[in-house]
Amino acid sequence: MDVLYGLFIAPFADFAFMQRALIGSLMLSLGACPVGVFLMLRRMSLSGDAMAHAILPGAAAGFLLYGLEILPMTIGGLIAGIIVALGAGAVSRFTIQREDASMAAFYLISLAIGVLMVSIRGSSVDLMHVLFGTVLALNNEALALIGGIVAVTLVSLAIFWRALVAECLDPLFLRSVSRLGSPVHFIFLGLVVLNLVGGFQALGTLLSVGLMMLPAAAARFWTARVEPMCVLAVVIGFASCVAGLLLSYHASLPSGPAIILSAGVVYFASILFGTRGILRARIIHHRHRTA
Amino acid sequence: MLKSIRAALAMSVITLSAFGASSALAEPLKVVASFTVIADFAKNVGGDRVNITTIVGPDGDAHVYEPSPADAVAMAGADVVLVNGLHFEGFLQRLVDASATKASIVTLTKGVTPINFKPEFAEADAAEGADTGSGKTVTDPHAFQSIANAKIYVKNIADAFCAADAQGCDSYKANAAAYTVKLDAVEGQVKAAIQSIPEEKRVVITSHDAFGYFEHAYGLTFLAPQGVSTDSEPSAADVAKLVKQVQQDKAAAIFVENITNPRLIEQIASETGIKVGGTLYSDALSQPDGPASTYIDMMHNNIAQIKGAILGS
Repeated sequence: MDVLYGLFIAPFADFAFMQRALIGSLMLSLGACPVGVFLMLRRMSLSGDAMAHAILPGAAAGFLLYGLEILPMTIGGLIAGIIVALGAGAVSRFTIQREDASMAAFYLISLAIGVLMVSIRGSSVDLMHVLFGTVLALNNEALALIGGIVAVTLVSLAIFWRALVAECLDPLFLRSVSRLGSPVHFIFLGLVVLNLVGGFQALGTLLSVGLMMLPAAAARFWTARVEPMCVLAVVIGFASCVAGLLLSYHASLPSGPAIILSAGVVYFASILFGTRGILRARIIHHRHRTA
Repeated sequence: MLKSIRAALAMSVITLSAFGASSALAEPLKVVASFTVIADFAKNVGGDRVNITTIVGPDGDAHVYEPSPADAVAMAGADVVLVNGLHFEGFLQRLVDASATKASIVTLTKGVTPINFKPEFAEADAAEGADTGSGKTVTDPHAFQSIANAKIYVKNIADAFCAADAQGCDSYKANAAAYTVKLDAVEGQVKAAIQSIPEEKRVVITSHDAFGYFEHAYGLTFLAPQGVSTDSEPSAADVAKLVKQVQQDKAAAIFVENITNPRLIEQIASETGIKVGGTLYSDALSQPDGPASTYIDMMHNNIAQIKGAILGS
């Protein structure tokens, strides 16, 4: 019993920073994992990484105006991220270009503007180093920020659930039966930016993009229905956070990579053993052939 | 019109070069320094005879610096390039190759006895690739944090300037000797300040492990969650260890550095109730109007901050 307590409870009971890391990463999973499921279904899985670059000009503008202050840089990043996401979304919506190409174009332009602005100031402090947090250093503001983002995300998902599902699976159908199509698309992009930028500020890029996409990608191997997929993604996200933090504590590994690699293990296990994974598909296929 | 401009230009060149010749040399020695501390040394040794370009400016982080074309241009036209070595400047080799410079690259840590990072942090830093072949021991590049080493830097700079500009050799040697006397005085003050701190209180937490040589030379222990490079991420075990050390009253003060993200240190401070001291300068000097615009000011600032925070706690 004592051993179990020492392994699983003591790290969180003894250290406030571990409690904060746990609360912060669990809250982020709650909001980001369902968003990740929708991103994956829309085939925009890589836009998280693009967004990490796209927010640079906003962060740089905050830095030029206010110096190395976290809040102006985060707000700037949010604005830049929203402009890029909405711009890319609008181009894909109203022209012949697909979302991946317009996102690539917009984030590259944004990144270039950001590098230009940083260079004008002539400082070589890595802005992103300052802006991107680590899960071990969550202060009250960062926790409040994540909490707010999660609340907004969950409420929006609840309100627009049916429209979002329709929009992800068959956007043309939604447009034909409802005028909600375009607004829902943009609301969804807003949620993506909110979760990513808030996550960057609090937890760093790797952790916030990783927690968004890996659980969603793993859950895809277990079910074809959207609701169970979102729930499963959140559960996988929770498990990865707990496992990763404990791993980081006991094996003295960096926390962000430890959490993401835990989710990675679940992903590989899902590829192999999921109900829609390799092994099961093989077995069913075999039976079908012999029948 | 064009002709007259050209003539005017030619005249101005002649007058300028004549003016230069009056100060014993036609053109100042073009020196490129990789970061601010070295630039400050070079200024003190070279005086008016050298023209210094610094690549990583005040408050800049040499570990993650991305060079610009202007840096390559400065490098290509340089007579002497002064670098720290020991893999301090990760960008350097690429820049030297790209600029195809003919300048002599002078490694100032030549003659310094390198020390390794403390083993508890060396593991995380091994990925940084600061040392190859020897497994887990990683050489600490921040040699300039010991004033004894700074004197070796100064001597190496004087030798390099003499090799590039024999005419000015006497003045370089004289400047270096005068500056070394100043460094000796600072070293005496640092030692005296540390003597005034009770022995069991000589433990300090900073955000990145840049003070190994200072610790080695002057007997003050530094603990850091981040490790050698500002690029690496701490593990929960590192942070937990630091929190425990503070709680057992083994660390008396906690500091942020000028080039790193302060949030982790602030979190440790709030968890343990210890107050965050002022800013320590480690890898870069401050802006000219800051508290550490020269190497000597930096050492004065750091020791004053450390002493104040420990004795005040």
